[in-house]
Amino acid sequence: MTIPALGDLNLYAALPAIFLALFTTFLLIIDLFIASEHKNNTAYLALGALGIAFIWNLLTFNNNTTAFLGMFVADSFSGFLNMVVLIGAMLTILLSMDYLRRMGIEHGEYYSMVLFSTAGMMFMGSANNLIVIFIALELLSIPLYVMAAIRHQDVKSEESGIKYFILGAFASAFFVYGAALIYGATGTTNLPAIFTAVGDIVNTGSDSIFYLVAGAALIIVALGFKVAVVPFHMWTPDVYEGAPTPVTAFMSVGAKAGGFAALLRVMVVALPSLTVNSSDAAAVWQLTIAVIAALTMILGNIVAISQTNIKRMLAYSSIAHAGYILMAVAAAGSAGVGDASTRGMLVYLLAYTFTNLGAFAVVITLEKEDGSGTAIEDFVGLGKSRPFLAAMMAFFMLSLTGVPATAGFIGKFLVFGASVEAGLIWLAVIGVLTSVFSAYYYVRIIVNMYLRDTDKPAEVVGETPFVKYATYISFTAVLVLGLFPALALNLLGGAQITLASLF
Amino acid sequence: MESLSLTTITLFLPMVGLTILLFLNEEKQKGAIQWTAFGFTIVTFVASVIMLFGFDSSNPNLQMVQRNDWLPSLGISYYVGVDGISMLMVLLTTIIMPIAVLSSFTTHIFEERGRIKLYYMFMLLLEWAMIGVFVVQDLIIFYIFWEITLVPMYFLVGIWGGEQRVYAAVKFFLYTMAGSILMLIAILYVGGNAGTFALPEILAKLQSGEVSFLFDGVFSTQSFLFLGFLIAFAIKVPVFPLHSWLPDAHVQAPTAGSVILAGVLLKMGTYGMIRFNLTMFPEATVAWAPFVAALGVIGIIYGAWVSFAQTDMKKLVAYSSVSHLGFVVLGIFSLTPQGIQGATLQMINHGISTGGLFLIVGMLYERRHTKLMAAYGGIWKAMPLLGGISLIVSLSSMGLPGLNGFVGEFTILLGALGSDVLGIFFALFATTGVIMAAVYMLYMFQKVFMGELDKEENKNLPQLAWQEVAVFVPLLILIFWIGLQPTGWFNVMATTTEQLVANMTPYIAPLVAIAP
Repeated sequence: MTIPALGDLNLYAALPAIFLALFTTFLLIIDLFIASEHKNNTAYLALGALGIAFIWNLLTFNNNTTAFLGMFVADSFSGFLNMVVLIGAMLTILLSMDYLRRMGIEHGEYYSMVLFSTAGMMFMGSANNLIVIFIALELLSIPLYVMAAIRHQDVKSEESGIKYFILGAFASAFFVYGAALIYGATGTTNLPAIFTAVGDIVNTGSDSIFYLVAGAALIIVALGFKVAVVPFHMWTPDVYEGAPTPVTAFMSVGAKAGGFAALLRVMVVALPSLTVNSSDAAAVWQLTIAVIAALTMILGNIVAISQTNIKRMLAYSSIAHAGYILMAVAAAGSAGVGDASTRGMLVYLLAYTFTNLGAFAVVITLEKEDGSGTAIEDFVGLGKSRPFLAAMMAFFMLSLTGVPATAGFIGKFLVFGASVEAGLIWLAVIGVLTSVFSAYYYVRIIVNMYLRDTDKPAEVVGETPFVKYATYISFTAVLVLGLFPALALNLLGGAQITLASLF
Repeated sequence: MESLSLTTITLFLPMVGLTILLFLNEEKQKGAIQWTAFGFTIVTFVASVIMLFGFDSSNPNLQMVQRNDWLPSLGISYYVGVDGISMLMVLLTTIIMPIAVLSSFTTHIFEERGRIKLYYMFMLLLEWAMIGVFVVQDLIIFYIFWEITLVPMYFLVGIWGGEQRVYAAVKFFLYTMAGSILMLIAILYVGGNAGTFALPEILAKLQSGEVSFLFDGVFSTQSFLFLGFLIAFAIKVPVFPLHSWLPDAHVQAPTAGSVILAGVLLKMGTYGMIRFNLTMFPEATVAWAPFVAALGVIGIIYGAWVSFAQTDMKKLVAYSSVSHLGFVVLGIFSLTPQGIQGATLQMINHGISTGGLFLIVGMLYERRHTKLMAAYGGIWKAMPLLGGISLIVSLSSMGLPGLNGFVGEFTILLGALGSDVLGIFFALFATTGVIMAAVYMLYMFQKVFMGELDKEENKNLPQLAWQEVAVFVPLLILIFWIGLQPTGWFNVMATTTEQLVANMTPYIAPLVAIAP
């Protein structure tokens, strides 16, 4: 075996992610020299690093190159995805700074964890090889386990961390098993090479198809766990409720973006032609994913209706949204719809990141030191006491519902469009019907804020500058994306992860 | 940069007003807030009148068109323009809005609920969205405006409404959203197949046969698309049996909210049927017309019947809306030029007379804090001016010849009789609705205004303030104008409706051929 020269690795393509990972290692050391009352400096450094990575990523947006001998690919898909996760991470840090101090759980390592996890998400979006996906998955997940349990004085937070860790470990195992089966059938872990091998297997009618189908199923299980789709969602409400709120916010957008990126890439690059008969129009996994998406939308939205705690409600809402995004993956199973569904998924993720982080920012504003203040009842009268804050929250809720002129609508519109294009009209119908269910519980927040009278309006305890910035940024982004979606779509250009962009 | 068309200017004037309101102080500048809002509804009205003068009624096509890219990669554009029917709907909106705003000056809702600035901001937002619905020619942007109208109305009912306002507001929101979201699927399907969401381009492609929606029976692709649009519109109208949200919303809404709801919002549904169902899905329209028209006739009779049983004035007027809009639906699905013209005129008539009735009920409620008819009696003696106005408005609502309601209903019945797709029974049953309307309207008038002034509380009711009189002036002018000189109104939309029906004739003709 020859060792490739450094030049052949073409590290340049992966530099934003490598930079972030390396910087984080240094940040761990630098943090030792920052006094505990000045931990904000660590946060500033982390923000700076994310900012640099963000700009760097924009500069190298449409490179379409590979690194690490084809194991890592930088195309407009990964470029856009990096943008989403970097924005998510920056907003998370803004949300965390004052919150951690207020709750008495400020640790310098926290920020390094956020960065490590973000680097994992970036690798995940670019991974072009099952092994790299696995490593990225672990890099993404392990910091999140720690972050969920960082409020270790609180038994709920501990439970959250342990639960997430144990179930996450199972999911990783499933992934490895799936990857092994696919490797056994095709003899490679490289996604484009798997694609070629799958073509041969399907055409020759070889029995290896069973290993492929089983492998694909196991990978769907593993990544389905990460992005919390039914029936692999059981951990979500407990973990989301127990984890510190900014961590919940980060998990709900970042981990989801990473998981979906890997899922879409595996399905679209490696397995699009996995059919039982070579004449079938749609891939064999399409129906499975479509059914999972439908179940996820139905269960997520219906259970969310009965929640009384806003963090749990947003947890179920995030399950429901995973269902909508999964619609895009299902649509990608039909030939020729890959581009539309990629576009739909990316824009949906961007819209959801801003909207959900904005909503969590408002939740953080209301959350008290003892952890109370997160009941849906606690929003009563917010419209009177803080009209502008309430207006922004109302806007986030409408965006989550998918009301036009918000970012959420654009996302839903593209995803439904892709699904109709793929001929999955029944799925689109379930999507819109469940959107109506979802209106019920999102609108209930608005009802509480504006329509219900109370003598003692909602108290706002955590409206610190950084949280405010995060809320304003999210609000502006949701509004601008809703009114001028062309901005995001132009950036996306012809984002595609079809084979053409990989060679 | 393309220059702005008059349509765009009219559309965005309310938004300018809304922006100015943002910077006014709620506590100190109450008067300024009211007058700014009122001023901008008047300016918008003036702009729409200028549009009318620039409108060439001999041209059936879109006029004062403007088009800019919004999402070019998906074929979505900001595309506005008016034809005869939209022109009249825009006018209706800009006439009703100043009346609704002015009527809010004298209400007492702000004493208890406050937030006067938010209220007027929602009014202007609503005007913007409603004009948007009537002028946009792109399916997606239409859908966007259509859904946006929900938000301000939801808040108007939910914040400034009656006792059960939260229930009514949520019901209104969910009910209408459930309907319209199915329309989104239909829109996506149509736009995805046509490669563009611009209605004129889609129609051109349908005409040339470049795109077609399969029709091979009552349950085919085209029928499902037709129903996707129709259900959304039918809920908005509302067509029996999808009307159950309407009485709740009307009863709980503040007076101005009811006026707008009855005056304009419901018309979005009937307008949508004309604009989208009849044009894009002609075969399905012809096939389903008897069914939809039958629902319209059931609505006429059912609405009238239920109105008669009410003890609450506002509920009575709300159910009478179901009845009146049944006429409009019947007119549209007669698929004749007369029927559609009568329906369009009746939309305006209903906006005027029902809007007027809601204003009257609102004024009585302001004075007596009850909407029950039993609490009144002999009010003519206490408030002769209101009594006189109410008589005219009630007569207009029941369709007395010489007033506006008659012209609309008469034309619709003519259209229904001359229709090739509907039988004679439709007109026959619909006519009974006219009689029943007279019964319940006169019953209400007699209970409230006639008889002895026997209740002590009613003896010293304050007379109408000047603002209250002012809101009726334009309504009364229109009642007589349309009633006595309707020709001008028909002229505006004549060519548009004729072209619309001409495009459908090929699909109606086979029916005529096989008819005995």
